[in-house]
Amino acid sequence: MKLNERSLAFYATCDAPVDHAGFLHKKGGRHTASHRRWFVLRGNMLFYFEGPGSREPLGVIVLEGCTVELVEAAEEFAFAVRFTGAHARCYALAAESQAALEGWVKALSRASFHYLRLVVRELEQQLAAMRGTGGDGEVTVPPRRPKENGCCSAVWSAEPPAAGPRCPPLPPRRRRASTPDRPPDSAPFAQLHEWYGQEVRALRGQWLGGQTQP
Amino acid sequence: MRYNEKELRALSQQPAEMAAELSMRGPKKGSVAKRRLVKLVVNFLFYFRTDEAEPLGALLLERCRVSQEEPGGFSISEWLPPSPPSRPGCFLPGHKNLFDGPRAAQGFIEDPERKYYFECCTQEQCQEWMEALRRASYEYMRCSLIFYRNEIQKMTGKDPLEQFGISEEARFQLSSLPRDRRAACVGTQLDELD
Repeated sequence: MKLNERSLAFYATCDAPVDHAGFLHKKGGRHTASHRRWFVLRGNMLFYFEGPGSREPLGVIVLEGCTVELVEAAEEFAFAVRFTGAHARCYALAAESQAALEGWVKALSRASFHYLRLVVRELEQQLAAMRGTGGDGEVTVPPRRPKENGCCSAVWSAEPPAAGPRCPPLPPRRRRASTPDRPPDSAPFAQLHEWYGQEVRALRGQWLGGQTQP
Repeated sequence: MRYNEKELRALSQQPAEMAAELSMRGPKKGSVAKRRLVKLVVNFLFYFRTDEAEPLGALLLERCRVSQEEPGGFSISEWLPPSPPSRPGCFLPGHKNLFDGPRAAQGFIEDPERKYYFECCTQEQCQEWMEALRRASYEYMRCSLIFYRNEIQKMTGKDPLEQFGISEEARFQLSSLPRDRRAACVGTQLDELD
């Protein structure tokens, strides 16, 4: 699969403030030793460099659909970034202090675009409710109709159910008065579909967000 | 540069914010327009051959410029600072972002070698895509969050991020925005950020 790597490299090294940075020890593979690398978190991407002064990153980990967990390991301050799916990658990392470990786990658990979008949507709704407007109010919510014309594989999730007793919570019972900005009952199906789809996505996002708590 | 391709491919299978068959042309000289299934998922634009399940490629949508291309299409390109940088890894201060028109005055240039062209069926579809792509960056989300936080704080005197336990995060502080965007954020409308 092609990727515009130069864009990635540029995003890694541009002058904007980073979200988190520091040394971490990264295990190369199952039977190889750890390497000490300079890690930079920017947005939903975790870049790693040879050192803080390096021009180009050695690599990047795109942080969507992963969990961050503490692990029992020979190394102190060890944690893992784990992806779901068959043969999915698990990045074994280790910080250099307890404080650094906590900082990294916190930052990485909340780094995904999904998480950020969930928070933004929540604030958007709060603001709309406060302004006393039923719908979008002054803020234009961009129309997002997932149109999949002739899409070959419109699966809702590539992730298999999580191992262990971690089932998603049931959605809250719908109370008519509790959502001030519902579409009118006479709204077209597409609008209703989109509206309730947002709710489902938000819940799913919450569930995934909840799973990243150590 | 290494990247977790498997996970990126899994991401391309997730529900998309927008998906459609568009005509797409790559940046290489003499490249021909081809029908592709284009899918927007978080801050990536994936493109597939119309009859294949695995993506051909992905475009990262951070620090890029989305422009209208007559008659009924748009382009995505990198928005580069003037070269060469004075020292390794150093670029001119200030954000390069989608909705900053006067950036050209600061000498930022478009790299024609990294411009992807898309052709839509209708002008409406084109506008929809441009809007969606404009909002598809982490940077845009972050700015929106700061804007809403500020608005809610002005109205209620309370910080809405406290309930999430993320009030102290550096990335959500007004000070993390460059000066010009800070002013727009403290203004009245999110649209001013355009």
